[in-house]
Amino acid sequence: MPFFEAILKVLNGSLIFAVPLLIVALGGMFAEKSGVVNIALEGIMVFGSFFGVIFIRVMQESTNINPQILIVLALLVSALFGMLFSSLLALSAINLKADQTIGGTALNMFAPAFTIYIARAISGTLDPTAPDSKNIPFSPEFQIRKIPVLGDIPIIGDIIFKDVFITTYIGIILIVVAWFIIRKTRFGLRLSACGEHPQAADSLGVNVYRYRWSGVLISGALAGIGGLVFVVTSSVSFTGTVTGYGFLAIAVLIFGQWKPTRILMAALFFGLMKSFAFKYTLFPFLETVNIGWFFKMLPFIATILVLIFTSKKSRSPKSSGVPYDMGKR
Amino acid sequence: MNNNPKQQITDPALSNTLSLNPQPNNGNKLPKVKKVEKDTAAKFMATLVAILAGLIVGLLIMIISRPYEALPSFYTLIGGWMLLPSQGLTGIGNWLGSLAPVLMTGLAVGFAFKTGLFNIGASGQFTMGMFFALLIAILLKDIPGPWLWMLACLGGILGGALWGLVPGLTKAFFNVNEVITCIMMNYIGMYTVNELIRRIPGLYDGSRNLTARIGENAFNPTIGLRYIFRNSSIDIAFVIAILLAIFIYFVLNKTILGYELKACGLNREAARYGGISEKRAITISFLIAGGLAGLGGAFMILASGADLTYVGPNAGYGFGSGTHYSIAEVILNEGFDGIAIALLGQSNPIGIIFSTLFVTFIKRGGNTIQIYGFKPEIIDIIVAVIVYFSAFALLIGGIITRVKKKRNDKLAFQENVVPPTPSDPSIVDVDKIIIKTGGD
Repeated sequence: MPFFEAILKVLNGSLIFAVPLLIVALGGMFAEKSGVVNIALEGIMVFGSFFGVIFIRVMQESTNINPQILIVLALLVSALFGMLFSSLLALSAINLKADQTIGGTALNMFAPAFTIYIARAISGTLDPTAPDSKNIPFSPEFQIRKIPVLGDIPIIGDIIFKDVFITTYIGIILIVVAWFIIRKTRFGLRLSACGEHPQAADSLGVNVYRYRWSGVLISGALAGIGGLVFVVTSSVSFTGTVTGYGFLAIAVLIFGQWKPTRILMAALFFGLMKSFAFKYTLFPFLETVNIGWFFKMLPFIATILVLIFTSKKSRSPKSSGVPYDMGKR
Repeated sequence: MNNNPKQQITDPALSNTLSLNPQPNNGNKLPKVKKVEKDTAAKFMATLVAILAGLIVGLLIMIISRPYEALPSFYTLIGGWMLLPSQGLTGIGNWLGSLAPVLMTGLAVGFAFKTGLFNIGASGQFTMGMFFALLIAILLKDIPGPWLWMLACLGGILGGALWGLVPGLTKAFFNVNEVITCIMMNYIGMYTVNELIRRIPGLYDGSRNLTARIGENAFNPTIGLRYIFRNSSIDIAFVIAILLAIFIYFVLNKTILGYELKACGLNREAARYGGISEKRAITISFLIAGGLAGLGGAFMILASGADLTYVGPNAGYGFGSGTHYSIAEVILNEGFDGIAIALLGQSNPIGIIFSTLFVTFIKRGGNTIQIYGFKPEIIDIIVAVIVYFSAFALLIGGIITRVKKKRNDKLAFQENVVPPTPSDPSIVDVDKIIIKTGGD
């Protein structure tokens, strides 16, 4: 039954598309909960994924490491560089009280320029046949054909345990951890307080600057991870862009109303749209109508509609985007 | 200009706050005049700091990547390119010819900034304007000479304004954050335009994945500029864009509309209290900003480029083969350059002219340093660093203003004069607005 199989393929694909969105949106959540709008997610994704891909490339050429271990190590590299890069945003938004949107825009402009500059400079040494290429290819060996035993479960096995990446499970772990941190730990509650009412938090002895720094650095690490997950699961090379996934993640964050569980739902919905946009031709009756472009932009339209309908009772952190000035208590 | 004696109030204490005169006659003019001068100086200094920071970072990256070629190519980048034998007047013409599209997006961002709105959607408006101009230029290709070009430009304005209307209306009526809507509209615009170009017959050149060639009757007229800058791409768009910037300066500073828009930008609640419809102001501001960016898109796609293939007595004066938009899933860079340009120009239209000249100047330099083995992305790095530092540059200006204000207030206090109109510009403006409604 081709129709049923096509549905399974689309669902399988939507999971692969949803995971980077989920991880990056969680990153955006940590920053916004602390009171800093992180519009630079896109740039941080590019920056983090670049160094992750370089690491993968070097390790693939010099060692015989197990691909699953390699990808976990590369994710750590991306997280580190994402964190480093996001500290620029933290510095300008928290300590220098600059406009957070402008600072984030600068990072978004810097990341592709800087990484493509380096990629083009080193591409000659990586591959003498393509001396001026901005792409950094790696060998795609990370997909797991089938998880033993679990892959045999009907339907669920086809969606979650066949043709998957280890990053899918990492994403699931991350959302559980994120939910726990935000909802159940002292750190998470204080972080949220800094985004809702920093003056009140400060009056109770919470160091607002330190919590906002933590929020931004966590978001940088997650965006870096998400960037690499996106590149590894959807491409065979770094190309200097993550095709708007950082902005889509902001849309997921708004769609999910800044709550971890709803963010998961929103990411799955957006992933489904993306997956359908690429795989609708699997359905025989849709083969001739060219509608992929519509499903690609549907998440963006949906976000605007959601914003219109929820703007009166938005759950966004109250002080998000407002620099905290200790002198103005 | 608003100096209507009937509306002057005689009580000197009240006249501070209630005069319609832009410079209230309170007997303590001196500090105020000084303050304005120093504000401008502070802003200018802040801009220079940002530019310097950008250039230093650029130079450092160049030294790290190619130490021996770094200095000569940096010199070429910041101006030496004009002296290269291949450049000269042609190079200058190409530089000025590349000005118009980014000047328009810079104005689009700067104009919205003045109303307190961050128009990060200039790219989408630019793309839409480009599409509408292309559509008119190709579908109505039988209309003669400059008329088709004018129609296509109007189409560009319309397309951009249409795209600006969405963030404007949603902000005005539903209080939706315009930054998010703008970003979403950039992507919606890009996907829509790409698909429409592929679907409407005649627009798409499938073999090269580019938009089709536009006829000569739709090209930006060259109005003889290429007799000065031979073999270059300069055309009428350069002149129009600069005139429009000056026009926008007058709209912002000398008209009621500009006054209302700025009042909304300085303090929205106060403006509403003063009888300005903030909904109307936000919508109009985005409509105009979108139109400006859309015209930039039209200028881009209607540019004919330099005529390098034709050889003959009149070589170098005519149209080239035209510009094309390549169908890729990429948000056009012009909108982001516009943000940098608007920030550098402090959102002042005249300042924006100069910041556009600067940015396009180093971009031109960036193209020429490829002969030293450098990649042109170095310019994007420099521009991004400038934007980053501009974010605090506004802050540096703010600090200087605050210090000045304190000193002025102190001065006024010492002289035992009633403190002059509060030096915070937002408060001054609001007071004027209250009277304006009262006088009606």
